[in-house]
Amino acid sequence: MGGHPFLADGVDFGDVILAVVLALVALVLTLVMTMLMVWFERKVVGRLQNRIGPNVAGPFGLLQTMADGMKLLFKEDLIPAKADKVLFVLAPFLAVVPAFLTFTVVPIAGDFSNGGSGSSTLPGFLGSREFLWQVADVPIGILFFLAMSSLAVYGIVLAGYGSGSKYPLISSVRATAQAISYEAALGLSLAAVFLVSGALSTNQIVLNQVAEGYGGFNFTRWNVVTTGLIPFIVFLIAATAELNRPPFDLVEAEQELVGGFHTEYSSFRFALFFLAEFMNTVTMGGIIVTLFFGGPSGPQLLPLGAFMGFIWFFLKLMVFLFIFVWFRATLPRVRYDQLMDLGWKVLIPISLAWLLMLGGLQLVRSGDLSFVDSTSADLVIVIALGLAIGLLGYAMLNAAIRTSRSERLAEEGLKLIAPKSQDSESLAGHQTGTTQGGH
Amino acid sequence: MVDAIVFIVSAIIILGGAVGVIFNQNPVHAALSLIASFFGVAVLFILQEVHFLALVQVVVYGGAVVVLFLFVIMLLGVEEIERFDDEPIPGQRAAALIGSVLLLGVILAGLFLSGPGGNRGAVALTGKPSQMVPLTTDPNVVQLANDLFTRNVFAFEATGLLLTIATVGAVVLVKNRGGEDLVVDEPGTSVR
Amino acid sequence: MEVTTTWYLVLSAVLFALGSFGLLVRRNPLVMFMCVELMLNAVNISFVAFSRSLRDLAGQTAVFFVLVVAAAEVVVGLSIVVALLRRNPTATVDDFAEMKG
Repeated sequence: MGGHPFLADGVDFGDVILAVVLALVALVLTLVMTMLMVWFERKVVGRLQNRIGPNVAGPFGLLQTMADGMKLLFKEDLIPAKADKVLFVLAPFLAVVPAFLTFTVVPIAGDFSNGGSGSSTLPGFLGSREFLWQVADVPIGILFFLAMSSLAVYGIVLAGYGSGSKYPLISSVRATAQAISYEAALGLSLAAVFLVSGALSTNQIVLNQVAEGYGGFNFTRWNVVTTGLIPFIVFLIAATAELNRPPFDLVEAEQELVGGFHTEYSSFRFALFFLAEFMNTVTMGGIIVTLFFGGPSGPQLLPLGAFMGFIWFFLKLMVFLFIFVWFRATLPRVRYDQLMDLGWKVLIPISLAWLLMLGGLQLVRSGDLSFVDSTSADLVIVIALGLAIGLLGYAMLNAAIRTSRSERLAEEGLKLIAPKSQDSESLAGHQTGTTQGGH
Repeated sequence: MVDAIVFIVSAIIILGGAVGVIFNQNPVHAALSLIASFFGVAVLFILQEVHFLALVQVVVYGGAVVVLFLFVIMLLGVEEIERFDDEPIPGQRAAALIGSVLLLGVILAGLFLSGPGGNRGAVALTGKPSQMVPLTTDPNVVQLANDLFTRNVFAFEATGLLLTIATVGAVVLVKNRGGEDLVVDEPGTSVR
Repeated sequence: MEVTTTWYLVLSAVLFALGSFGLLVRRNPLVMFMCVELMLNAVNISFVAFSRSLRDLAGQTAVFFVLVVAAAEVVVGLSIVVALLRRNPTATVDDFAEMKG
């Protein structure tokens, strides 16, 4: 039993060294990127708010994060008297570990052009081993990401509970509900990617987005196009919510909850939470690039080999990191009921319906499903059917929401104003404190 | 050799987690021990190259079930320490211990005792099992998916129905008639 | 040392017995639920071990269904617990004997 390549007797010293080196490189890279991300976020938010942002420590204020980190390390480490000591100490580490582990399945470099598989070979004196530019290419790669992102919530939950204080506890309860709600939408939009790629391994997903011609580059092969944009949008929103970033940062809404789950934290432990949050952002950006935007693939503009892949990956990553920062600077925080409405009544139904439609299209393309003789006519029929079923579902969902709202209003002794025009609908929404939640 | 080390470490985590669930007075700590136990089981699955189920184990149990447990504990504010010093039914704990040890004994006996014809353990009790769906060298996910969507497609659809019913049932059960609503932003206060 | 199926089965048996012991001993409905989950996991371990040793996929399919049913069971069970504990937050299972004839 146990034919895992790493457990078989064929493992020699070089393999172990290679694995350790890759892990070390990934760790250093994530730490550096996290540090730069903190600086980038502060700088960009500053610019978006007509400020300059950090500009004193180092060139362009680049060393500001280092300075803040050092300051935090030298602060007094407090453990509140009413805290649950074990959980309080454990929580920051539970936040950091999944953040880093996710990064291990993200391919960060490699030459995917002209039929390259993204693997590189070590020079001869090191044993000419082939390796991929990611710490591990596990067969269930992207499910591993899903598992880790579902574990990431424990750091927040246990910090809030273990602090033994009021606001962190509220933050914990919010975090659990938010994580469960958006996990489903995240998983469903991932499923669309699996369906189109037919693979779970991250390397394979990237390979599937590389075209044969055009020097390996053709953006219509990217999953963002092949899955039809909707899964990407759902994923982006759900990812922002999973990261607890604005506008979904109810977990640490400082106007309501002081600091949220990290109210009672100081010094090194606070620094760990801070690190985990930004590391998660970087990693999530990397995952989005891998899943929807072809990862490190791209044309070899300069003859750099695998390193050109890193440049492409980095450029694509920057776009999403900027989008995350942009969200933060632009969008006001959603209310709790709006958060739940968006997750359960919009994102999950949309991604479910889209998954069904993609499944139908996939069946037609493979030739297993045909209504008429020509494939393109079949595709049109499937899309029309899908739209019809989708609209029917939307109408039924809307009817259910209306009915439940009017029943709730009846219970509260209010009369629902029949929502004929846009105005009266939003009025009814205001009266009960519910919203249209993006309808 | 590496197999054995991985197995022993994860077995210790699994059993330690289980003991933690039973003997932690605080339900939140018990839930944490439960996670450790689930994680150990997932590692054992990976050791046997059942990758997909291992990850589903982590996502479903770690990501959903235990988070739900924690949510309920915190929302209701029921994280009171259960007192172990009073025993509601006299002699019940001793009886439970004896019962569980007996149960373990029966299972182990079923495993190790020889049956007629030199058959060992479970085979002696149930007869030689017939192979239903042979394992192939395909990736784990592919095999499982093929089996689920061909041989077990009705069972699969039925679980979908079951989940829907469970969701509706949960909403109906938790819907409060006439009482105060549970408010997420006031954990533990709505029941006191 | 090679890890044989027997190792997994013994582990599974011990975990199952531990779960049953916890279920019988504890009085907090939430913790009793956790013990049920432990027992389900014990069964899963042996399913997968058998699946490997018999080279048969049916064991893994069974585990998949166990996971789905466990999720459904937790959802319904927890909502029952919520409904009960809302009336009496300090209740133990001994207090839920109202249906006794």
